[in-house]
Amino acid sequence: MNRDNKAITALKFFLLIIGALIMIVPILWMISTSFKLPTELNIWPPPLMPKQFKLNNFYRVFEAAPFLRYFLNSLGMALCSTVSILFTSTLAGYIFAKFKFKGRDAIFALILGTAIIPIEIYMIPLYLQLQKLHLIDTFAGLVMPYLIMSFGIFFIRQSVIQQIPDEIIESARIEGASEWRIFIQIVSPLLGSTLAALGIFAFLEGWNAFVWPLIVANSKTLFTMELGLAMFQSAYTLDISLTSAGSLVSILPVLTVFIFLRKQILESLSITGLK
Amino acid sequence: MLIKRKTTKKHMKSEHWFCLIGLTPIILIYTYLRFIPIIRTFYMSFFNWDMVALKKPFIGLKNFRDMFAGQLFVKALLDTTIIAFSILIIIMPLSLLIANTLVKGIKFKSWFEAFYFLPVIMPMVPITVIWKWILDADFGLFNYFLSFFGIASKAWLVNPNLAIFSVILLTVWKNVGYNMLIFSVGLKGIPKEYYEAATIDGATGFKSFLHISIPLLKPITVYVSVMTLIKGYNVFSQVYILASDVQGAPSHLVRVLVYDIIENGFRFYKMGYASAEAVVLFMIVFALTLVQIKMAGDNMLSGKKVKK
Repeated sequence: MNRDNKAITALKFFLLIIGALIMIVPILWMISTSFKLPTELNIWPPPLMPKQFKLNNFYRVFEAAPFLRYFLNSLGMALCSTVSILFTSTLAGYIFAKFKFKGRDAIFALILGTAIIPIEIYMIPLYLQLQKLHLIDTFAGLVMPYLIMSFGIFFIRQSVIQQIPDEIIESARIEGASEWRIFIQIVSPLLGSTLAALGIFAFLEGWNAFVWPLIVANSKTLFTMELGLAMFQSAYTLDISLTSAGSLVSILPVLTVFIFLRKQILESLSITGLK
Repeated sequence: MLIKRKTTKKHMKSEHWFCLIGLTPIILIYTYLRFIPIIRTFYMSFFNWDMVALKKPFIGLKNFRDMFAGQLFVKALLDTTIIAFSILIIIMPLSLLIANTLVKGIKFKSWFEAFYFLPVIMPMVPITVIWKWILDADFGLFNYFLSFFGIASKAWLVNPNLAIFSVILLTVWKNVGYNMLIFSVGLKGIPKEYYEAATIDGATGFKSFLHISIPLLKPITVYVSVMTLIKGYNVFSQVYILASDVQGAPSHLVRVLVYDIIENGFRFYKMGYASAEAVVLFMIVFALTLVQIKMAGDNMLSGKKVKK
């Protein structure tokens, strides 16, 4: 019995390791390929390691396309989106949770209803609307759809209901604090970990956006990392080591953040994922 | 819920102003960025809405009739459905098994968790770029790996059936960690007493997993399945990159709904037709959500949180 259990545990462990390898191999392969010379690519069997670890391909990538610009565009977009989503979600979530007014539940239901509708469904009319305002191919047009998140409002509303008792707000009122002051100085700080979770979630959504940048950004100077790399790989299809170097450059920020904030990210996404 | 007798009139007034000033701009933004475009998608689907033409005549349901008469849309709908459901069938048992093994406690648990989760936070484009090279017919790592098992090299991205398989494989690889994470939270939420009671009754290991974990996980399973299907119906980036340089007609190899919408809307400027396709996608997402609400029976308006 005991020996059986040990064997099963060993088998489980073995399978988990195989699985983990499958998860990590593509990323290792990306690293390996990004250092290879063109002569090392079209060889069978494929050499697992590059002959040398020189940074030539990386210099070439930055010469061939403005990856730094792409990086800053992505960063700008993700940050604007995160700040705006945090602010609007906290304000609206708090109001929906703690105030009573006519039509409140109907408005909330409408907003929540849009949470399941992905941007791919309404991007055509949205594009035409922004075209009227001459916002196509501008940073504002790029960011706009990502300024709000229905799920964020829902998420904050639930957290306020669970974490913030009415008494705290009531006593602040009696002491004469204004509503805005209560919201900024009392309610928001109490939501600390919830806001961190939503912030990480929103940042990743903004950083990884692809479809909307693809249709809105026409000039290279406005490309995000995702879009820039997509265009790059179709222009340099044959130069695999160069596209791999570009890919590595584009995952490096996310990879670094993940290595340092692994626990927080997993925690955040498990709370946000479960609504 | 906040109406207290203590609250004075002055307070009530400032509360009203707070709600008004706080919520009005947000509702306006929502109206502009969400409500109007969603409604206009439906509206536009009844028109022959050519972006560059001056006249955009009302044509009733003609877009929908054309869609189902045309081959590309039907192929897109079919391919997308195959992709979405194949992902579901593979990813659900796989992620549940991994989650269950990890939650039960094993050495290096948090390392495993991190490795399985890594692809989830990776952006889709670079990941697809490297998978494209891994799946390369002549020099790809995948064919090399298969050669150890005596399997002959295959043109994964050129043969239409294999290309669909590649999209499924890539998406499962990318998302299995996310489903695992949600299942882990669900499994941790099952009270230990349930398992203890089962052990007394003689059910251990796989039996208790089958008779306790699975039934208790039903709401989460329904939720994860529906989310997986909705994501599956929205696949785009993978297909766009994997098939973007196949010579001749790009991306006719694997056709997905979002690709068809973008091509019709933004390359051919047939925006009415593309909107009609978007309406179909909406209907699918809507139906899936209804299934979830019905099966899981959780009322999202009640503010009740899923048990943690």
